[in-house]
Amino acid sequence: MIGFIIRRLFQAVLVMLIVALIAFALFNFVGDPINNMVGQDTSLADRERLRQELGLNDSFIVRFARFVGHAAQGEFGLSYQQARPVGQIILEKMPATLELSFAAAILALSLGVPMGIYTGLRRNSWGAQLLLGISLIGVSLPTFLIGILLILIFAVWLGWLPSFGRGAVVHFGWWSSGLFTVEGWRAIILPSVTLALFQMTLIMRLVRAEMIEVLRTDYIKFARARGLTNRAVNFGHALKNTLVPVITITGLQLGSIIAFAIITETVFQWPGMGLMFIQAVTFADIPVMAAYLVLVGFFFVVINLVVDLLYYVVDPRLRIERERAAGV
Amino acid sequence: MSELLTASTTATAAAPAGSAPGRLRGVLGSDLLWSFRHSPVAIVAAIVALTVILSAALAPWIAPHDPFDLASLSLLDASNPPAWIEGGSWSYPLGTDNQGRDVLSAILYGARLSLVVGVSAVVFAVLLGVTLGLIAGWRGGIVETIIMRIADVQLSFPAILIALLIDGVARSLLPREVQAEITLYVLIGAIALSAWVQYARTVRGSTLVERNKEYIQAARVIGVHPVKIVIGHLLPNVLGPVLVIATINLALAVLTEATLSFLGVGLPPTQPSLGTLIRVGNDYLLSGDWWISIFPGSVLALLILSVNLLGDWLRDALNPKLR
Repeated sequence: MIGFIIRRLFQAVLVMLIVALIAFALFNFVGDPINNMVGQDTSLADRERLRQELGLNDSFIVRFARFVGHAAQGEFGLSYQQARPVGQIILEKMPATLELSFAAAILALSLGVPMGIYTGLRRNSWGAQLLLGISLIGVSLPTFLIGILLILIFAVWLGWLPSFGRGAVVHFGWWSSGLFTVEGWRAIILPSVTLALFQMTLIMRLVRAEMIEVLRTDYIKFARARGLTNRAVNFGHALKNTLVPVITITGLQLGSIIAFAIITETVFQWPGMGLMFIQAVTFADIPVMAAYLVLVGFFFVVINLVVDLLYYVVDPRLRIERERAAGV
Repeated sequence: MSELLTASTTATAAAPAGSAPGRLRGVLGSDLLWSFRHSPVAIVAAIVALTVILSAALAPWIAPHDPFDLASLSLLDASNPPAWIEGGSWSYPLGTDNQGRDVLSAILYGARLSLVVGVSAVVFAVLLGVTLGLIAGWRGGIVETIIMRIADVQLSFPAILIALLIDGVARSLLPREVQAEITLYVLIGAIALSAWVQYARTVRGSTLVERNKEYIQAARVIGVHPVKIVIGHLLPNVLGPVLVIATINLALAVLTEATLSFLGVGLPPTQPSLGTLIRVGNDYLLSGDWWISIFPGSVLALLILSVNLLGDWLRDALNPKLR
């Protein structure tokens, strides 16, 4: 167990270093940082002095180490576009993205799991067939198209919900929340549904497939033979055993929700990190891009790590197999 | 988007890898055709996909207007609704955009660009992935470790994010002047680099199985050059699953291109793909001109759905376990 954790931690650190290296390479090879700081009439000697002062003449290793040190403290320099510290900009945008992502994750889980159980238990009912058909369309429709359709129907034609922005926000220190105003709740409905739809179909299909698989096993047949109620068999025995892969996939999907938030935020002009990143790409705002890259890389590594460890804790078979393998 | 579909493909598609040599040819001849004729979903999907692909390929000949001919545009015809709605005319069946461009013609040309990018990206990704997979599986050792570690790291991030990053980095590396001309190639490269991993993993897996079989050992014993063994003997036997993944990934590649173009980091409005058309139309959505974005969107969705269904069918048809 300890060896496994150490190996995974080592791997996580390695991935983070690679991500940091890419971000660092962005800074160094895309344009000359000095050119971005001084005017046209600065003499070569002055440039060289500035170069020396900023430590740009140090060796690659030293500069990379310094970059990692600064990045660990959340310092990525000034945004080219807004001339403000990047850490500050990100801190401002993060609450919007996190609130949207969690709203979407909760929505996807609370609807996807029951739908999966239903389609798994009543495989041949027309309701299940309908849900499956719709889910196929859900998988094939691009996220941004779903967003556009929802805007067209609920904002343009029906006029029920706002089509962009977060509505009014309440500030708690650096955290700004849209969940304490009616406007904020109205504003989050369409983006979170858009973001959740794909994950929801994914979870539904996964739970359905797992349910069907588990219901075929001998212990379920035995449970039925013992005369247990359907309810006890389906939920007490079957559902419990489908949850391991569901936890894993849902955890991993949390990362891709943050990635897909880029698209949803662009469609709904949601002022989060995704929109910030797209604007940074369009304006070649390297510090913002690098910071986003490191931050998202960090999210992913942590999520993957937690899911791996969780998997190990939840599924006792894995532990036994490993111990046996180690013993032989 | 269809990562679930493709992910499950990798698992099942690896199954026919151990089949006897020359099997693929036999299947293409009879079984595959039989299975196709007995699958209504596959037939409908094939008809839809072929219709979209053919009309895109024939765009210059069948499009009612030339959307790139600025002289033919007239602002008097701007923002016309589709023909069957009050105020529309049959000379613009699906209406016009804000500059008086025919939406139907723009879609035909746009689908052409989307397909060009999608197909090129898949071809490029297959070439890269299969080569690296063969090298990793055949050589083993440190080369294998490095290639597969990179694949692992890349696989833990969503493909769309990787494509977005490569695209973004390439854009900031290149000077503004040349960007317009090479955006297309940057896009193809970014999508391909985000998708090679699956092929590499599948091919490496099959290579590990195949390289210990008698026919490979026989070739070695009689002194065939290793490169010739890999290309002439090994490659044909690991290619089956790759074809299935490539079909499904075509839908994914078209989708990735559309998403990048929609986000404004793909093809520019001067070279509009379906994604760019949707992006442009999105600006006019709030004023009620829904047809500018919804029609290209529907074509995109139809194309992706039909290719996905075809890929699913192909996977099941080639999977001996399901027969």
